[in-house]
Amino acid sequence: MTALEDWQLRAEIEALYARGAELLDEGPISAWPSLFTEDGSYKAVTRENVDQGWALALMLCESRAAIEDRVYAIEHLSLTIPRRTRHLTSGLRIAADGSGWRVEANFAVFETLAGAQTVCFAAGLYRDKVVRDADGVLRFLERTAVSDSALIRNSLVIPL
Amino acid sequence: MRTWPGNGTHQVPYWVYTDPDIYAGELRKVFGGKSWNYVGLEAEIPEPGNFKRTKVGETSVIVVRGKDGEINVLKNQCAHRGLEICRQDYGTRRTFQCPYHQWTYRLDGALSGVPFIRGVNGHGGMPEDFEREDHNLQRLAVTTRHGAIFASEAADMESLEDYLGPKMLVLFDRVFDGRPLRILGVSRQRIPGNWKLMFENIKDPYHASLLHVFLVTFGLFRADNPSRTEMDSTGRHSALISRRSTNLAPNTATQEMASFHEKLELHDKRLLDIVKEFPDSATVVMQTIWPNLIVQQQANTLATRQIVPVGPEAFDLVWTFFGYEDDDEAMRARRLRHANLMGPAGFVSLDDSEVMDLAQRGIHCDESGQALVEMGGRGTEDHDHIVTETAIRAFYSYYRSAMGL
Repeated sequence: MTALEDWQLRAEIEALYARGAELLDEGPISAWPSLFTEDGSYKAVTRENVDQGWALALMLCESRAAIEDRVYAIEHLSLTIPRRTRHLTSGLRIAADGSGWRVEANFAVFETLAGAQTVCFAAGLYRDKVVRDADGVLRFLERTAVSDSALIRNSLVIPL
Repeated sequence: MRTWPGNGTHQVPYWVYTDPDIYAGELRKVFGGKSWNYVGLEAEIPEPGNFKRTKVGETSVIVVRGKDGEINVLKNQCAHRGLEICRQDYGTRRTFQCPYHQWTYRLDGALSGVPFIRGVNGHGGMPEDFEREDHNLQRLAVTTRHGAIFASEAADMESLEDYLGPKMLVLFDRVFDGRPLRILGVSRQRIPGNWKLMFENIKDPYHASLLHVFLVTFGLFRADNPSRTEMDSTGRHSALISRRSTNLAPNTATQEMASFHEKLELHDKRLLDIVKEFPDSATVVMQTIWPNLIVQQQANTLATRQIVPVGPEAFDLVWTFFGYEDDDEAMRARRLRHANLMGPAGFVSLDDSEVMDLAQRGIHCDESGQALVEMGGRGTEDHDHIVTETAIRAFYSYYRSAMGL
């Protein structure tokens, strides 16, 4: 790839990450699954489990359909105290990997419960695989959010 | 000194959830008293030298497998100046060493090394009558059953089998049947509510048919399912036993369940591809064991939930999800998928952690109010249904005697 193509790819991946944060924070969250390929997966895990070699996830969606179920539950099924999140992503590292790209990035998620101060809810690392889908759009084939802390502040409602 | 209102436990005063003196009494008499506290699973520390750090009440302890394979539970506190000596949640060690003055302990807690014990160049050193064996890490009483580990600060504990009683032992052995366990992982959440709210939540099956849309809609746990609510003879332990409905059609019971969504369908149906794995017909058994354990079997997700109090108005809930060594790959994948129902982001348990937050907010500044616990009557007997709060009443009946309230 030329330097210009690298730069264009980077801009395109950054746009995907920005859109992901926007849909989780500003909505509509129902559109968030569309950022994944049909066979795409989403996992939220803790560093503790990764270090211990344990596969347990806080959220495990093994298909776009499962991501749609999770989003539907957030919007319609779960009883939750009203909240707003803010996802910040930085330091994208992109490496070509077969048919797509391995992307790592830092994340911080701030949470504001109704009537309360904003707190840092989670910080960690995205370990993702991004591919160009059949329609030419970049999507997540895998997104794994690895939380540095194992201890969740009450409930994890909005995906990391 | 507080006085419990009335004779029964169908009213629970709100000060049990907020009063710092009550909480201090609980640390001493409940978690530090004649109780078998759950501290982990043997599969978390399979090899000699493997350890985990956890808590009994608020007391930090090290659960470690010794060179002989025996499990020791040691107070995580240097005998010299009281430092917490183990600073990792999991690991492997040949000895534990305090970083401050390098006092060193064997895996059974025995003090093995004290630098400068005889001084340096004739200066200093410990007094002549200093004996290392007088300064070991404090050891808790330990017992295990089929892979689960319990510890007690009381020296004269009854056997775990007597402690559980015959009815609860049968249900405990249903999940802990002697097969080697395989850890799938740990989830931890800090819930801003009193620790007893967690037990009440599990001992109150009646809420599940109303609060949990997910459970209700998919028939996993519903008031019209065949069910039982059982206690041991003391009332401190309990179990809810239920069977999933196969007929999910609306009926007279679901009319009162505002949360019932008849039309709801999963896009990815693997979330509920439940396989029967126990000999009986129950599809969910939730067992609560005094003073800090919930054993969960819902669908094919198995977990222990350990309650760790953090002051009167918060607790940590530590979930250890597991399966069996002889699970095939499909069952392992299924258990990991079903774990979506539970934990800090669980389709079901998420509702509970949010409700406990709301409960604590509601009772936080109410000195004189009391909770009403009268569904299913005012007694503490077993019921062959789940439209009842009898297990909460039984719990507080034992709690009152343990606390002298």
